[in-house]
Amino acid sequence: MNAKQRKLIYRILPYLILTVIGICFLLPLLWVLVASVDSNALQSLKMPTRFTGANYGDVMTNGENQRAFLIGLVMSLGQAVIVVILGLLAAYPLSRYQMKYKKPFMLTILFMTSLPITAVMVPVYQLFLSLKLYNNIFGVILFYVASSMPYGIWMLKNFMDSVPNDMEEAAWVDGASVFTGIRKVVAPLMIPGICTVAIFTFSGSWGNFFVPYILLQSPENFPASLKLYQFFGQYGMADYGKLAAFSVLYALPSVVLYILSQQFMSKGFGLQGGTKG
Amino acid sequence: MSSLTVPSVYKKRKSYTWLYFLLPSIAIMLVFFIYPILLTFFYSFTNLALTGEAAKELKFVGIDNYIRMFHDPTVRVSIWNTLIFLIGSAVIGQQVLGFIIALLMKHKNRLFRRVIGTIVLAGWVTPEIVCALCLYSFFGDEGTLNAILSFVGISDVTWLYTVPMLTVILANIWHGTAFSMLVFQAALDDVPTEIEEAAVVDGASRLQILCRITIPYIKDTILTNMMLVTLQTLGVFGLIYAMTGGGPGTSTTTLPIFMYNQAFVNYQLGYGTAISLLLLLLGIVLSLFYIRSMKEQ
Repeated sequence: MNAKQRKLIYRILPYLILTVIGICFLLPLLWVLVASVDSNALQSLKMPTRFTGANYGDVMTNGENQRAFLIGLVMSLGQAVIVVILGLLAAYPLSRYQMKYKKPFMLTILFMTSLPITAVMVPVYQLFLSLKLYNNIFGVILFYVASSMPYGIWMLKNFMDSVPNDMEEAAWVDGASVFTGIRKVVAPLMIPGICTVAIFTFSGSWGNFFVPYILLQSPENFPASLKLYQFFGQYGMADYGKLAAFSVLYALPSVVLYILSQQFMSKGFGLQGGTKG
Repeated sequence: MSSLTVPSVYKKRKSYTWLYFLLPSIAIMLVFFIYPILLTFFYSFTNLALTGEAAKELKFVGIDNYIRMFHDPTVRVSIWNTLIFLIGSAVIGQQVLGFIIALLMKHKNRLFRRVIGTIVLAGWVTPEIVCALCLYSFFGDEGTLNAILSFVGISDVTWLYTVPMLTVILANIWHGTAFSMLVFQAALDDVPTEIEEAAVVDGASRLQILCRITIPYIKDTILTNMMLVTLQTLGVFGLIYAMTGGGPGTSTTTLPIFMYNQAFVNYQLGYGTAISLLLLLLGIVLSLFYIRSMKEQ
């Protein structure tokens, strides 16, 4: 093997390896996409017997499924909104005031962002029983809020640090209160940050299975993730097409929101031109 | 930059104003996050149960739950399974594969990067139950993998029964690798090309550059990422539960699955909590390392 051949191999090999990795990652995903439009889907990937939209139609017109999607939406949206509002409030003094224990507080918050939620679910279940919040959708939202609050505070505080003080001070001079300042000046300048936090908390709970599985009991309270699991267990063997269609519909919000979040992140924070001089 | 110094207006405010701002979020975290953590310590010393005699009256049982854990062979099996799952899917799988993908993608054709990157990211964005379903059908008896293998003359292998741990490890790799890939892509972009170029001039081989320059340069990122990925993997429940249910037998029963089974299938909440304390302590230790590594950066 001469030097030229070796150089060629070094050029092609990475493409070859990446293509193999790509195919391995693609195959399971391709199955769910193809099976969802196949009138006679099987467990393995194959060309559809006949292309059909019936799987999607059946899943979408089913009242129970609609309810599950709606509950999931209420939970995740409710959580995202509350986390953003409470997070903004908490981030404000952490970003603007000089506080004695700010540093240890922020480190505790960072510490809490990485704790595995799975480990506290048994006591949370017991707590929910005694607070009469068990099998209550709003109880689940409260827990979701608490568990993503550290992340929300941490991110929003850092985003708020990058909003200059002068514009807010200008608003005060014009007679705005602290709250008006946050609402009308600081928050609008943090839209990319707020959207990032909202999207990540939304996707986190939308995709969560364990928390509602522990805290909810009756099937009429199940969000989409539990419904899919139920579907999987009950009819999984029989109806791969519908199962795949449900999966695609359920995964869609996460995918769309992720793409949206990339938009916000790439735009960055063009705040430098906000105040001149 | 005015934002670097705190202006006098902020200092003039009463020193307790911050409390009103922080109170709602601190209250909700105290009740639904910190309190359950404290309860974990408390309940693990009780006989808390959902049914039977113990359900009527909560009693302190000292370290009985821990003695029971020590003698329970399933505990040992699930600790072992958790370790294999962590090392296989997080430390080696996601971390090494994510690094390899990021490294190979560097300076490649943009369209090609985009296509491969999107495919890998798709697995990450997909909710875990959908991941479980996709990989379940991939490894199923009549699934895609067996269909492909039948072309080369390998007849049906029951992957989910013969190598269940491998299938859940691969499923978690499929689900999580994109995170490490993104982290390493950003880190590799920060390695100054001058150093690598200088090494090439000095006659260093590719492997030498990788081991002596690139990896040492992003050492901190590797450590932080390792901690984060391990923490995420430690709490994985839905993926394994939906794919294998912890079985066959106890072959894929990791600590979260075992905890669930004890607490909600056998109704032994006290014992289940003792197991979750094990998970929690592991999580706390790893998190402490994580914030220490963040503090240094």
